[in-house]
Amino acid sequence: MELLVCIKQVPDAKDVRLDPRTNTLAREGVESIMNPFDRHALEEAVRLKEAHGGTVTALSMGPPQAEAVLREAIACGADRGVLVSDRAFAGADTWATSYTLARAIDTIGSFDLILCGKQAIDGDTAQVGPGLAARMNLPYVTCVQKTRDVVDGGIEVERMMDDGYDVVRLPLPALLTVVKDINEPRVPSLKGKMKARKADIPVLSAADIGAEEACIGLAGSPTRVVNVFSPEPRGDRKIFTGTAEEQVDQLIEHLRDFL
Amino acid sequence: MDYFLTEEQEMIVETAREIAREKIIPVRAELDEKNEFAASILEDIARADLFGIFVPEEYGGLGGGCFEIVLALEELAKGCVGVATTFAASALGIFPVLIAGNEEQKQKYLPDIAAGSRWAAFGLTEANAGSDASGIQTTAVLDGDEWVLNGTKQWITNGGEAQIYTIVALTDPSKGARGASIFIVEDGDPGFSYGKKEDKMGIRSSATRELIMQDCRIPRDRLVGRKGTGFITVMKTLDVSRPGIASLGVGLGQAALDEAVTYAKQRVQFGKPIIGFQAIQHMLADMATQVEAARALVYAAARHIDAHPKNMSKVSSMCKVFATDMAMKVTVDAVQVLGGYGYMKEYPVEKMMRDAKILQIYEGTNQIQRNVIGQELNKEYA
Repeated sequence: MELLVCIKQVPDAKDVRLDPRTNTLAREGVESIMNPFDRHALEEAVRLKEAHGGTVTALSMGPPQAEAVLREAIACGADRGVLVSDRAFAGADTWATSYTLARAIDTIGSFDLILCGKQAIDGDTAQVGPGLAARMNLPYVTCVQKTRDVVDGGIEVERMMDDGYDVVRLPLPALLTVVKDINEPRVPSLKGKMKARKADIPVLSAADIGAEEACIGLAGSPTRVVNVFSPEPRGDRKIFTGTAEEQVDQLIEHLRDFL
Repeated sequence: MDYFLTEEQEMIVETAREIAREKIIPVRAELDEKNEFAASILEDIARADLFGIFVPEEYGGLGGGCFEIVLALEELAKGCVGVATTFAASALGIFPVLIAGNEEQKQKYLPDIAAGSRWAAFGLTEANAGSDASGIQTTAVLDGDEWVLNGTKQWITNGGEAQIYTIVALTDPSKGARGASIFIVEDGDPGFSYGKKEDKMGIRSSATRELIMQDCRIPRDRLVGRKGTGFITVMKTLDVSRPGIASLGVGLGQAALDEAVTYAKQRVQFGKPIIGFQAIQHMLADMATQVEAARALVYAAARHIDAHPKNMSKVSSMCKVFATDMAMKVTVDAVQVLGGYGYMKEYPVEKMMRDAKILQIYEGTNQIQRNVIGQELNKEYA
């Protein structure tokens, strides 16, 4: 089973700041980590490889220093890492990113299953996974909490819902985005770390993947961030006390005032 | 302090630290309370390749020595001495095979140990053979192509959880210690069973159990080394393993110090954090100095042992005695710094103090270690 995992390097959530001029995330001087949801996607890919054979390729689009998360992915069980990096990609939104990743995947090989984290903790859009599936014309399921079985060229998964889960069977090749409940990621192994240290991480440019200039980076991104701000704390709050019934009565009474 | 570790040694430290932080610390209080063996953490340790650090590369390990084990154990012990003891006991259990086993035995057992798919245990102690190991009564008699073992081993770490046991038994009771030999007994061997499970003061996430051999029949090729050389192998095994126990003391002492300093910076009394009071500062200063001194001695001893000197018993005992007495003292002091909170189970130092006590007792009491040091001095100054 040929597996590919999309991994994003993100600023550590413990230390998030905005650049007041550009309204984008300040990345200077902030420690970078592997997007936590992507760690779960990687772990699932490695487990599928252990159960069914094959290889795991970790793919990241980002600045040259994003190579670090690909080495980490190799330490955690990926067979190889590929970095897509070019100044021309800068400023990409989810539309341009999914295009770029799709071009990169077409360039590096063919895969039975592509796994992504549900979303990245910096942008929180949850759009790149489904966007990538659409670009590649693949069936996909988001918010997968369990991969049940791989049978007859298909895969059966559980999609997390607000109340319970759906069981979805889809043919391969396909794409999944995963939630944290799917597994508990392993600690990188010693042999993995040694392999990661020596690994050769190829870097693909816009030209290498045959990307059209108009589709990548800022030029290929219809999204414009108009303003980012911390919402003002709302002053008017009321806390009801008493038994549940009393609180409900008070709440209804209070809401009536607004009608 | 910088101990000039190699890149590979740094990786071992980092990996064991991640296991402690992510897999051990979140569950240690629960394992302690429930007296529960930490099987899933051992699987995490296995997946991280840590079981392979002391196994030679030709058997699937990483080819490290005593120092690499010490580094890993110190980090695991910062998380939980119970879990770290389980790891250390598996190493102890397989050392006789590494030291005295033949090629077939190494081929058969070491790859599984390195992969962490099977764990080992060391069976020496009996009801009447503790500090005086020559008092063992378990016997082994050759019957055709099989050895027949009879006897009961007591307080065996990993008992009932390990799959491979190295058992010390008398093959010639008339010769006493010179009539002892070591055998490999596997889980499931006929006549081999597990007895009483101990309810301990500390290291409660480790399994401690009786091993019962009642006409236990094992193939002839399970004898480790030559017949009658069992005690020599036992002594060599303990020489190499004691720095590991010492490093549990270093890790535990460091963890207790970390808790004490963190608390002393937060706790406000008489209008300022208690770390501002000289009475507390001096306690913390002594604790930190003792931890560092123990670490320096343990590392030096482990590196000395890895150079394969002719005699290593003295330094091995010295580091065990010093680091584990230190751990007892530092954990008691950590409880004192935390005061009433330190005595409560909500804070980890209460468990640390209970865990510390065993370090002065097992793998040779600290009194026995002093005997060894004293005897070596007597020889040196002859």
